[in-house]
Amino acid sequence: MKRSKLIVAALLGASLMASPVMAKSLVYCSEGSPENFNPQINTTGTSFDAARPIYNQLVEFAPGTVEVVPGLAEKWEVSPDGKTITFNLRKGVKFGATKYFTPTRDFNADDVLFSFNRQWKADHPYNKVSGGAYDYFNDMGMPDLLESIEKTDDYTVVMKLKEPNSPIIANLAMDFATILSAEYGDAMLAAGTPEKLDQEPVGTGAFSFVAYQKDAVIRFKAREDYWGGKQPIDDLVFAITPDASARYAKIKANECQVMIAPNPADLEVIKADPNVNLLEQAGLNIGYLALNAQKAPFDNVKVRQAINYAIDRDSILKEVYQGAGQKAKNLIPPTIWSYNDAITDYPFDPEKAKALLAEAGVTSLSSDLWYMPVQRPYNPNGKRMAEMMQADLAKVGITVELKSFEWGEYRKRLQAGEHQMGLLGWTGDNGDPDNFFFLLGCAGGTPAGQNISKWCNKEFDDLLMSARTLTDVKERSALYAKMQEISKAEAPQVTIAHSTVFEPIRKEVEGYKVSPLGRHEFTGVSVK
Amino acid sequence: MFRFLLKRAALTLPTFAALMLITFMMIRMVPGDPIEVRRGERGISPERLAELRHEMGLDQPWLKQFWDYVVQILHGDFGTSIVSHEKVLTEFLTLFPATLELTLAAMIFAIVLGVPAGVFAAVRRGSFYDQALMGAALTGYSMPIFWWGLLLIMLVSGFWGLTPVSGRVDLIAFYYEPVTGFALIDSLLSGQDGAFLDALHHLALPTIVLGTVPLAVVARMTRSSMLEVLEEDYVRTARAKGLSPYRVIGLHALRNALIPVVTTIGLQTTTLLSGAVLTETIFSWPGVGKWLIESIFRRDYPALQGGIMLIAGMVILFNLLIDMLYSLINPRIRHGR
Repeated sequence: MKRSKLIVAALLGASLMASPVMAKSLVYCSEGSPENFNPQINTTGTSFDAARPIYNQLVEFAPGTVEVVPGLAEKWEVSPDGKTITFNLRKGVKFGATKYFTPTRDFNADDVLFSFNRQWKADHPYNKVSGGAYDYFNDMGMPDLLESIEKTDDYTVVMKLKEPNSPIIANLAMDFATILSAEYGDAMLAAGTPEKLDQEPVGTGAFSFVAYQKDAVIRFKAREDYWGGKQPIDDLVFAITPDASARYAKIKANECQVMIAPNPADLEVIKADPNVNLLEQAGLNIGYLALNAQKAPFDNVKVRQAINYAIDRDSILKEVYQGAGQKAKNLIPPTIWSYNDAITDYPFDPEKAKALLAEAGVTSLSSDLWYMPVQRPYNPNGKRMAEMMQADLAKVGITVELKSFEWGEYRKRLQAGEHQMGLLGWTGDNGDPDNFFFLLGCAGGTPAGQNISKWCNKEFDDLLMSARTLTDVKERSALYAKMQEISKAEAPQVTIAHSTVFEPIRKEVEGYKVSPLGRHEFTGVSVK
Repeated sequence: MFRFLLKRAALTLPTFAALMLITFMMIRMVPGDPIEVRRGERGISPERLAELRHEMGLDQPWLKQFWDYVVQILHGDFGTSIVSHEKVLTEFLTLFPATLELTLAAMIFAIVLGVPAGVFAAVRRGSFYDQALMGAALTGYSMPIFWWGLLLIMLVSGFWGLTPVSGRVDLIAFYYEPVTGFALIDSLLSGQDGAFLDALHHLALPTIVLGTVPLAVVARMTRSSMLEVLEEDYVRTARAKGLSPYRVIGLHALRNALIPVVTTIGLQTTTLLSGAVLTETIFSWPGVGKWLIESIFRRDYPALQGGIMLIAGMVILFNLLIDMLYSLINPRIRHGR
């Protein structure tokens, strides 16, 4: 008896000595391994999340919002003609030292040039490193938009555009616009190991990279010398946990404190869990049914409206989204500025649909309806949704044949306009309305374009183009509001739903915000 | 023995060649290519697609691609992953120890429990124990791994709090760089107090889940093989001579009964490897199974091809070892009689 007490006391003493000060740690249960640690060359949210603690951009999204705030650029100025943007860089910003690299100089304009030129200039020494596919840089149209990027002094960068483009500021807050260390880049190039730049990251962010074990763990350490101040937690750990149910089990056991993407079937249980807060937010996405306006009879606006009346979206929300979504009346979700709440939605009205079809002189219409073979953030089950639409449309006398292809093939054929009706959707990149409305622009209506309704409306397109040249949010809002009226009346698509994002976090976690952009960010987060 | 091994090794060469060709063809027959598949809703312009396909050599005729691949393999180069840009061999060697550790643990679990259970059931043939054990074995054999894993997590980790949910070691309490890739060895090498026990603790549940099916198979095989042997004349003779039951069963009967069991265990390697894919996913175990599945989804041709070749190599090697073991127990095999 006595001896066992002694042992306990000894063990207790040893454990106390081993950890003099308890470091504050936060474990995040992530869903997979990152491709690498450079957001310029990645495309997945998983990889972006894993790199974000280490880096900054010139401008950034305030956590939990799509509001653009200063990052490494303290302020920026757009010239009256909208074609020149001058960035004033923050001074005294240090890159985080790691065990593999110790930076000798502060962040300056050279780092900005290095980061953009790598993606832009084919003759840049890093252009071909690690595959050299800069998907987002190209997708956001940067090569077509940029005239030049130059430094006027160490802390001033001037970006010249070929044409005015107000959404570019929001684009620059995206992960592809991350600023890397030019000094580290040069060092790795000289050492003959340029790919290390992408695998062993060095950045200006709130955390520095410690270690990564594929499919197991990523470790970060909060930096004492971070320009935004030391974070409330000391260690940030990503526990890579691919199975959603296992993630929740880990939250319950307090093996992690924040997790991504719970199983929809677990939501009820999670809501009832006293140790867990289930955060939710309307996702920055839209699921829609595109009606191919270049194919008869969908070139007739009455037929397109009839489809809108015929589909019972409330049942779809209940059955397919299981409550984790909200009915969409516009292309943009209500969290984006310029959302036009005055729009009247098409109610579910099969009789009205029949009447419209009769007016259009369409009898015994048969059409195909395509559904995606995979789950997407905005559509949890394309097949089930398509089947429900098939049943709804049968009730108004439309015979529907369902079709699907492998995902890459599916998207390609839709963009080529092979379908009559097709399910697709969109997840926003940066919260700018243009990032959604371009989906219905005339440029996208051409073969291989993004506009799979293949609908080209001059008035809509003109408004879209002029909104890009304006910088004033109020003026732009007015144009977008008008565009929402046009697209509702013209009905090139059936806007179905914006899905809801859920994130369970432990009660002990404070300051964590769900990002409408689907990010998982840990700056400003603490654990009680 | 050497000639025997050489003969076996020569047989594996055509197997490898066929496997290489089939893997190469199969993955290319799956619709979608590695560039298309990483794109979201935005898609990719045909020009850019052609450009990237060219850079990756995917625009070459498949025969040329295959030939290049064969030459590359003969030079010992398994290529570079399209997704992570890491060498396939490096990735494999980082992840394989975790799979091997789990597989070995599951196999030991299956043998240590399965053989005695089978012997016991055979000796008490028809008794309540026999029926209960074989009933349990049948259940275990038909257990869907995914369901079984989640059930055990909920019960053992969630409800009773006996084991950690997933992973290989407590990430907060311990931090060490992997040296061998085996959690048990690395935790010992780290010299951190309690790390080894913690790693063992993490290994327990996945071992049980992965070991369940082989356990059932080994138990059933041992039982039926044992029953057969117990009917043999020499066993009756041994008994008649008045040898103790322990000696008869443990020494004379078991040794012969184990020959088919060893074969079964060898065959279970493949079951274990496929089971490992699911087990690794449920328990966040960083092994090759999950890596391969991911490679299929991402159409990571080099990783998938290289991974399959390497795993096949391991399975063949393992079967060769089993054959050697087998010939040690049973000289008839060795001498080809």
